[in-house]
Amino acid sequence: MTINAAHPEPPLSWKLQGRSNRRRRERLVHAVLLAAALVSVLVSALIVVSLLGGAVDFLSRIDPSQLLADGWYPRRDEFGLLTLFAGSLLVTGMATLVAVPIGLLAAIYLAEYANRRARRIVKPVLEILAGIPSVVLGFFALTWLSPHVVQRLNPSASDFNLMAAGLGVGVLTIPLIASVSEDAMRAVPASIREASYGLGARRITTSLAVVIPAATSGIVAAVILGVSRAVGETMVVAVAAGGSGGARFTLDPYDQGQTITAAMASLAAGTDQVAGGNAAYQSLFFLGLLLFAVTFVLNQVGDVFVRRTRQQY
Amino acid sequence: MTAIASPVRTGSLRRTGADWMGLAFHGVLLLSLLVSLLILLTLIVDVVGRGAPVLAERGLDFLTSPTSSRPAQAGVAQGIFGTLMMAALVALLAFPIGILTAIYLEEYASDSRLTRLINVNIRNLAGVPSVVYGLLGLAIFVIALRDVTGGRSMIAGGITLAILVLPIVIITSAEAIRSVPRSLREAGYGVGASRWEVTRLLVLPSAAPGILTGTVLSLSRALGETAPLILAGAVLGGFSTGSKDIVEQIFGRYTVLPVTIFDWARRPQADFRELTAAAIVVLLVVTLLANAIAIYLRNRYEGAR
Amino acid sequence: MTMTQPPPSLPPPSSRPPMAVPIRVDAAASRAGGGDGEAPAPKPAVELRDVSVYYGSFRAVRNVTFDAPANAITALIGPSGSGKSTLLRAINRMNDLIPGARTEGEVLYHGQNLYAPDVDPVEVRRRIGMVFQKPNPFPKSIYDNVAFGPRINGFKGNLDELVEQSLRRAVLWDEVKDKLRQSGLALSGGQQQRLCIARAIAVEPEIILMDEPASALDPRSTLQIEELMAELRARYTIVIVTHNMQQAARASDYTVFLNMGEDRAGYIVERARTIDIFTNPKSQLTEDYVSGRFG
Repeated sequence: MTINAAHPEPPLSWKLQGRSNRRRRERLVHAVLLAAALVSVLVSALIVVSLLGGAVDFLSRIDPSQLLADGWYPRRDEFGLLTLFAGSLLVTGMATLVAVPIGLLAAIYLAEYANRRARRIVKPVLEILAGIPSVVLGFFALTWLSPHVVQRLNPSASDFNLMAAGLGVGVLTIPLIASVSEDAMRAVPASIREASYGLGARRITTSLAVVIPAATSGIVAAVILGVSRAVGETMVVAVAAGGSGGARFTLDPYDQGQTITAAMASLAAGTDQVAGGNAAYQSLFFLGLLLFAVTFVLNQVGDVFVRRTRQQY
Repeated sequence: MTAIASPVRTGSLRRTGADWMGLAFHGVLLLSLLVSLLILLTLIVDVVGRGAPVLAERGLDFLTSPTSSRPAQAGVAQGIFGTLMMAALVALLAFPIGILTAIYLEEYASDSRLTRLINVNIRNLAGVPSVVYGLLGLAIFVIALRDVTGGRSMIAGGITLAILVLPIVIITSAEAIRSVPRSLREAGYGVGASRWEVTRLLVLPSAAPGILTGTVLSLSRALGETAPLILAGAVLGGFSTGSKDIVEQIFGRYTVLPVTIFDWARRPQADFRELTAAAIVVLLVVTLLANAIAIYLRNRYEGAR
Repeated sequence: MTMTQPPPSLPPPSSRPPMAVPIRVDAAASRAGGGDGEAPAPKPAVELRDVSVYYGSFRAVRNVTFDAPANAITALIGPSGSGKSTLLRAINRMNDLIPGARTEGEVLYHGQNLYAPDVDPVEVRRRIGMVFQKPNPFPKSIYDNVAFGPRINGFKGNLDELVEQSLRRAVLWDEVKDKLRQSGLALSGGQQQRLCIARAIAVEPEIILMDEPASALDPRSTLQIEELMAELRARYTIVIVTHNMQQAARASDYTVFLNMGEDRAGYIVERARTIDIFTNPKSQLTEDYVSGRFG
């Protein structure tokens, strides 16, 4: 198709329908792209299917009373859920206690105090921290946090203990809480800050009394998402908290313990044969379903708060 | 008439004293940052301190030996090989599907129920704990599709990791595409370009740096993952790959660096502590390098905007 | 012909100062034929029949009918919100890109309705080009900017010649001929806009739509664009949206005056030769607008 210098006589107006192979190509592209997008939907469906299948199978094999056993010893057919819940709660709780203050303070600094040079140092530190694989943090928790922090606090604590795991998970969660909170604080419009400074308030007052309340939904979102992350964390606990093979119910952070996630890793790493049909193996899926449900709910709630931050301004 | 006391101090404008509270608060903030920095430094120093002697002593031997129950002979060769293969598989599977999905969502999808469902679904997937993806890999690719994948094979693990990383690729790519200004697209449509021509020739080149950064970040995340691969069948403990060729290895047993680390970390012998640290150093070099590249890319292109 | 006072038929309100800037109706504009027993109205390049444009349930433009004569400049004027840009974009189906946008009525081009179901908007835009308010050259070299359109439309001739011709017609060639490989973004605002015009010309459209092409430019560049438009008229039909009345009076042959109605939809008030709209408008509303009483 050549294009004439002067206007073609008559113009190609009858070609307004367009070349057919061009339209065919556009339709093909659209179909391929839609197919790609549907893969993600397929993934979700597969997750639900895999979890439900195994979980239902597990529940059908056991007697409900086994779920109330005093410990989690899957190979002895003791499936005490409370043990795992307690472990997860302890680890998550300690992680939150560590990560929220440090993360929030870091966020305040970055959002309200830091100049460009400081940002250039602090942001990368947080990003590097976020990039450290969890198994490395688990090793650190076991070989350093446990002897130098936990056993300093309580010399009779075992080498493997839930507190070391909790601290490790906390360190892992700091960057997440810091970044979501920082985003929330930065979303607070400059005009509100200026109003505060204009009234003669100092930076600390503005930060604590004006910016943080204005960024509340975002900060709540950060905490919830941090908790969700902590609940889902596996390797730090698997390495540092002991409890492989089983754990007794305990509420003592200085004790060994097991979380939902680490129990799953333990189950998978323990046996070397594929899909034994036994209940112990199927408990893996049941735990996965529980974990998925808990984190799903937490994420949804967190998202509600994230949306609220965006809507406000 | 009594004078009304002025509520505002009309004293001098100069500072009456040091702002103790403000300074203290500033100090607290810096302290908390210091704690983060210290933790990071302690971790790195401790790990490097433990691991460096091993690397210094055994160097290349450490990097090229397979794992073993004897500390003096154990090495990370299988771990490194597995990690590299995982990187390739993830890139091959997750990047194209993820980027194409992002293109669909940003350029082609209309605002329908299906589109909203896909978007919500992707955000949900991004928040699923990695160990659950391991269960997916186990149930579907290791067990159900055993005959296709070879059971506890590298390909099954690779698909699992690719699925794990897919939401991140989609989200970061979509963001990069979204930030391409509308005026660029309009200019393209204005000269009679079709939607795919505008996307391919104008939008994607402009979004490429952001997409690149996102994919590198997702790769570095995938390479550090342990739990999903443990569930999906990576080997803990020894195995031999003997004289198998690449294809057989893809459908056969494998391990990756993080799993090797986990394996060694559990062993009681004191020597394995140092070995674990050495392996961690290798892993950190890999992941931190990938992160650094991503951050560098992002800074370079964000600065250029 | 220079007018410095409003037409004598209007009672001058005491509080209103006389028009500060005289509206000069160009001699060139009187070339536009039609009316008063002169030559019959020239052939239309595109005809709008009862065109309404909706964004979702909101009607932005209501029942607009007018012709844009070939090889002439038609200006769309009117206050903010009168739907000028929306109407302009309806001509080359750019509104299709906005989700929820819908167009009713017909846009006839060579007798074919551009909104017929089997018409490909991509082909429409090949023949009806567009220049935007803010210059938007591609982040490519000057050469590649101009060559983009021909390349994707399968041009098989001498690309270098086409690029040069387009740049010459956009009065940009002399300024860029030594730096064709430089980025288009490195040019000044006025040059960028002329580059966008060259880019639009390169696909040899019949009609060029311009959406306030000079509003983001300095006065000197604005004048250059207007002079360019006058030259382009020989080869192309131009429809231009402008909020600058002086520009419309200076540069166009025909003018369409749109206003925003009570229902916030734009509607056509009057359409005539520019010289008539500004010196002898038929509608009081038109008179009020062109003399600056509102808008």
